[in-house]
Amino acid sequence: MKEEILYEIKGLYRDDFRVKGYRFGGGENSVCIMGSMRGNEFQQIYVCSQLIQKLKQLEEKGKIVDGEGILVIPCGNPYSVNVKKRFWTIDNTDINRMYPGYSLGETTQRIAAGIFEQIKDYRYGIQFASFYMPGNFVPQVRVMKTGMENIELAKQFGLPYVVLHHPRPFDTTTLNYNWQIWETDAFSIYTTSTSAVDKESAKQAVDAVLNFLSKQGIIQHRGYEGFISRVVESHDFVNVRTAFAGFFEKIAEAGERVDKGQILAKIVDPYTGDVRQEIVSPIEGIIAFAHNESMAYQNTAVYKLIAEENEA
Amino acid sequence: MDSQVMTIAQVQLPVDEVLKIQKHRLMPSGVSVDELEKSGKRISVVTGIHGDELEGQYVCYELSRRIGEHPEALCGIVDIYPAMNPFGIDNITRGIPAFDLDMNRIFPGNHHGDMNEHIAAEIIKDMEGTNLCLDIHASNIFLTEVPQIRINELHKDILVPIAMKSNVDLIWVHGASTVLESTFAYSLNNRGIHTLVVEMGVGMRITEDYGNQLVDGIFALMADMGIWKGDVPKVRMPVVSNDETGNDVYYLNAPFSGIFFKERSHGSMVQAGERIGCVVNPLTGELLSEITAPGDGWLFTIREYPVVEEGSLMGRILKKSALEGMGH
Repeated sequence: MKEEILYEIKGLYRDDFRVKGYRFGGGENSVCIMGSMRGNEFQQIYVCSQLIQKLKQLEEKGKIVDGEGILVIPCGNPYSVNVKKRFWTIDNTDINRMYPGYSLGETTQRIAAGIFEQIKDYRYGIQFASFYMPGNFVPQVRVMKTGMENIELAKQFGLPYVVLHHPRPFDTTTLNYNWQIWETDAFSIYTTSTSAVDKESAKQAVDAVLNFLSKQGIIQHRGYEGFISRVVESHDFVNVRTAFAGFFEKIAEAGERVDKGQILAKIVDPYTGDVRQEIVSPIEGIIAFAHNESMAYQNTAVYKLIAEENEA
Repeated sequence: MDSQVMTIAQVQLPVDEVLKIQKHRLMPSGVSVDELEKSGKRISVVTGIHGDELEGQYVCYELSRRIGEHPEALCGIVDIYPAMNPFGIDNITRGIPAFDLDMNRIFPGNHHGDMNEHIAAEIIKDMEGTNLCLDIHASNIFLTEVPQIRINELHKDILVPIAMKSNVDLIWVHGASTVLESTFAYSLNNRGIHTLVVEMGVGMRITEDYGNQLVDGIFALMADMGIWKGDVPKVRMPVVSNDETGNDVYYLNAPFSGIFFKERSHGSMVQAGERIGCVVNPLTGELLSEITAPGDGWLFTIREYPVVEEGSLMGRILKKSALEGMGH
């Protein structure tokens, strides 16, 4: 393993801003794995750290195939992580809305450009991503439909779901989208959590990446085979929304199979404790996403379901 | 004259509060809304999509005040929306605080979407029937701008002739970008509702002179649309930069992290090599960099907030060649 500084900005009153990478093997730019780019993505850093542990062991045993190079970047934004702020410290911009970046532009454009310059020529790109809404996911691989997506490859992670996402205008500046435009096969992996470390889900993500690398002939590894992934379009998710705001009392969790008419959660009046709404499943299916905060706003999609009848 | 404050969107919040988006409608009495809209006589003045940009607050107040002085001169509908993002204004925050979301990236919204997408969709719905909309911004908390209108190249043929009458100093036509398709202005222009994006002054402050300049321009536009028959100030001729290729402007980005001292004001003419400011390190006492103009031109943006990081924007200069092309 070789530790390397991939990008650096000199700080004024803070330590220098550094993006570090960990390289394994050598030769081809085979796969790049990107962790956190936002300050609240602790799980994404943790998954990378556990992956680095595994890759170190594999390298020591000579199990990284000759000529295959792996780069892991646990964190593209240590400044924000260290002050517990989701976006960039001074101007609140999002590095993952700056790709492919601009080396002569503003700070986060430069950071994105500096990172992208190092990682744009990889055959495969894997990002541990987070959702903008607070909640827990059933583990999944997300692929943006740019016309260059490779669904069969996405299945090789062995995660329960491969979700195809139609990019919206603001998605065109994400890492995943730009990787694909630069002809990297790009995948975003969503584990269960974001700001809280979930070890079980992290282990599943590490196993999924190792499974994928093994199937691509990048490492020699026999382990987790995983699931036969089911492919779902993101617009086929059934959103279950709150009609009222209040305390969110969750009953059903992400990953659970639920029946039509089953009560998933309750919205409770914060002052009186009266139940304002029983949130009921409109279909029989799997909970792909569940809100995880104590309060919920009106019209919030607190659950996203995958319909049972679409099961392959 | 009829004057009414109306709620155009509302959602219940978790603890004993309703979030409301409101507008103030001013229109002549005894005439129907339909009739005025069909004759092209409805203007909408919108601000507060970014909660820390307050220049538009003065414009909303002053517009309403001046109309109130001469209600007999009003011949059409004036809708004033001072606070599209009330959470942001209350929290001194550019985005929507609880969601860390830029409201100007969620349009046209979605009636079946989450709370913010739902509000965005209701706002767009309320704009239906508007003949001209002004979306007033104040750059951000970092930069001061001369009063200007920014126009996406896709809409320039229609919007530049309108913007010429608005009494701003600069019309900046910029290249199209997919990301901008989520903005309020793009969504309206895409629906055929002519919308001008105004940028002026600086975040968290009110520049009264700029406010008055723009209000004069709004009265000129209203007169042109047949909404106002009272006195109208003479408007100035703006500089027009057709900068679709991005070649008209020099961008001054900080070469080092440090503290920026500005030495020239926005609106100044500058010459190649002239000092605009400097970046220093107060810890070591070092002068890190002198910031000079890379060419002759008009400094139309200058950094107001002193702390810079490598890459931070410190100024923009419209090249002399672009000014000469306009005969300035």
